[in-house]
Amino acid sequence: MGYTLVYLSLIVLIPLATLALKTAEMTWGELWTIATSDRALASYKITFGASFIAATINVVFGTLLAWALVRYRFPGRGIVDALIDVPFALPTAVSGLALTAVLAPNGFIGQFLEPLGIKAVFSPLGITLALVFIGLPFVVRTVQPVLEELEPEVEEAAAVLGASRAQTLWRVIVPPLVPAMLTGFALAFARAIGEYGSVVFIAGNKQFETEITPLLIMSRLEAYDYPGATALALVMLLVSFTMLLAINGLGAWTRRRAGHIT
Amino acid sequence: MLPLERSIPRAATTEPTWVRRIIIGLGVGFLLLFVVVPLATVVIAALSHGASAYGRAITDPHALRALKLTLIAAAISVPLNLVFGVAAAWAIARFRFPGRALLITLIDLPLAVSPVIAGMVFVLLFGANGLIGPWLAANGVKVIFALPGIVLATTFVTFPYVARELIPLMEAQGHEEEEAALVLGASPWQMFTKITLPKIKWGLLYGVVLCTARAMGEFGAVSVVSGNIRGRTSTLPLHVEILYNEYEYQAAFAVASLLVIIGIGSLIARRLIARRKKEST
Repeated sequence: MGYTLVYLSLIVLIPLATLALKTAEMTWGELWTIATSDRALASYKITFGASFIAATINVVFGTLLAWALVRYRFPGRGIVDALIDVPFALPTAVSGLALTAVLAPNGFIGQFLEPLGIKAVFSPLGITLALVFIGLPFVVRTVQPVLEELEPEVEEAAAVLGASRAQTLWRVIVPPLVPAMLTGFALAFARAIGEYGSVVFIAGNKQFETEITPLLIMSRLEAYDYPGATALALVMLLVSFTMLLAINGLGAWTRRRAGHIT
Repeated sequence: MLPLERSIPRAATTEPTWVRRIIIGLGVGFLLLFVVVPLATVVIAALSHGASAYGRAITDPHALRALKLTLIAAAISVPLNLVFGVAAAWAIARFRFPGRALLITLIDLPLAVSPVIAGMVFVLLFGANGLIGPWLAANGVKVIFALPGIVLATTFVTFPYVARELIPLMEAQGHEEEEAALVLGASPWQMFTKITLPKIKWGLLYGVVLCTARAMGEFGAVSVVSGNIRGRTSTLPLHVEILYNEYEYQAAFAVASLLVIIGIGSLIARRLIARRKKEST
C-alpha cells in the first residue's frame, strides 16, 4: 500500500506536479498570452479539429466493424478481429512512417489521390487519416463487448410485437449502444489530441498549417523555452483531464444502461 | 400463413444478405486500406533493395546500439511496473480505503497524457534549467539526454498496463482462498506464491507482454528526453526517425520492420494468452 503510493508519486505525481510548479512561476497574463498566441491557436485548431473528425469517422466504421464481427460469420473473421488491434500494437513511429509511404504521391493509395488533386501527406487530411488509424481499436473494442451482451430475445420480442427491422434497430439496438459509442469516441479523441509519433511523419509540420500542439510543445522545448512549453502543456492537460472524467462518467452510464437491458 | 418459427428469426433479427455483404465489405475494406496496406508497405519498402541491403540495415552498428538501448530501457522499466502493478492491484482489490477511486484514476493518468508532455515533465524536473537538474549535474549525474531519462519516460508511459490488467481480475476473484491459506498457517509469501500467483498468472503475463511491447515502441516521450544522439541515446523508434530524416528510406523501413515484428509478435502472444486465460477461468 505504502509502496504503491510512493512509486505512484515518484513516477507520475511528482513529475506532473513539476508542471504545476513551473506554471506558478508565471503570471496569469503571461500564461494567457502564450496559450492564446496565434501560432498556439492555429495548432489547437488543427489538433482538436483533426482529432474530432477522426474520432467521428472511427465511430462510424468502428461500430460497423464491431457489428460485422459480432453478428455475422464470414471467412477471415478471426483475422479481421486480430487486425483491429494492430494500430494499438504498432509503435507510433512505424505507423507514421507506413501511412506516409502509403499516402505519398508515389504511394499505394497516394498515386490515385494525386491526379484528383488531393494532397494526403503534409496536409491536415494526412493528420486526420493518421489519427483515424490510431483511434480505430478504441471504438471497436468498446462497442464490441456491449453488442455481444445484447440478447437476441429482445429483438425477437420486438419483431413479434410487430416492429420492422428498422424500428427494432433504432429503438432496441441503438439505445444501449450509444454510451459505448460515445465512450469509444471519447477514448479515440483523447488519444488523438496527444498523438505525436504517427503524426509528425505525415504532417509536414508547417507553422499555422499542419503544426499540431504536441509538436509545438516539442519545438518550444528544443528552443529551451520552458514557459512556452509549459503553458501549452497545461492547456492540453486540462482537455485530457476533462476527457478522462467524461470517459469515467460514460463508463458508469454504459454499465447502468447495460444493467437495464439484462 | 408461414409458421412463426421460420418467419421471425430470418426477417426480424438479421439483415438481408446484400445488406450484410455491404456492411462486411465496408468494414473489411476500411481495415484493408488502413491497416493491411500500410503494414505491407513497410515490408515491401524494407526489402526493396534486396535481402542483403536489408541485412546491412539491421546489422548497422547504430541500429544494433539502438536495439540494445531499447532492450535495456524495457528490461528496467517493465519489472518496475510489474512489481507496482501487482502491489497496486493487491491494494485496490483487497482493501477499502479513502481515496481508492482516486487511486484508480491516477493509475490511468499516464494514458491520458500526451507522450510529449510525459517526456517534458522529466525535462522540467531534471533538465539543465530544471528543478533538481543543476544539483544533479553538480554531482555528475546525467538524467536528460541519457539512459536514466529514457528509462523514466518509458516507465511513465507504460505505468498503467500491468495494474489495469490485474485490478479487474483480482477484484473478481475475491480472497477467501488467501484467508484460508493464512488461517492454515501459511506465511504471506507462501500465500502469494502458492495461491494468488497461480490465479493471476495469465493476466499478469498479458499485462507484461503489453507493457513490454509499449516500452519498446515508445516514441514521443523518449524523443523529448533523449536528445536523439545517434548511436548514443536513440532507441529503435528514434533511429527510424533519424534514418527517415536523412533520406535513408530503405534503412528506415528495415529498422521499422523490426518494430513491426515486435508489435505483431506481442499481438499474437496476447491473443494466445487471452485464450489460455479464458480456459483457465
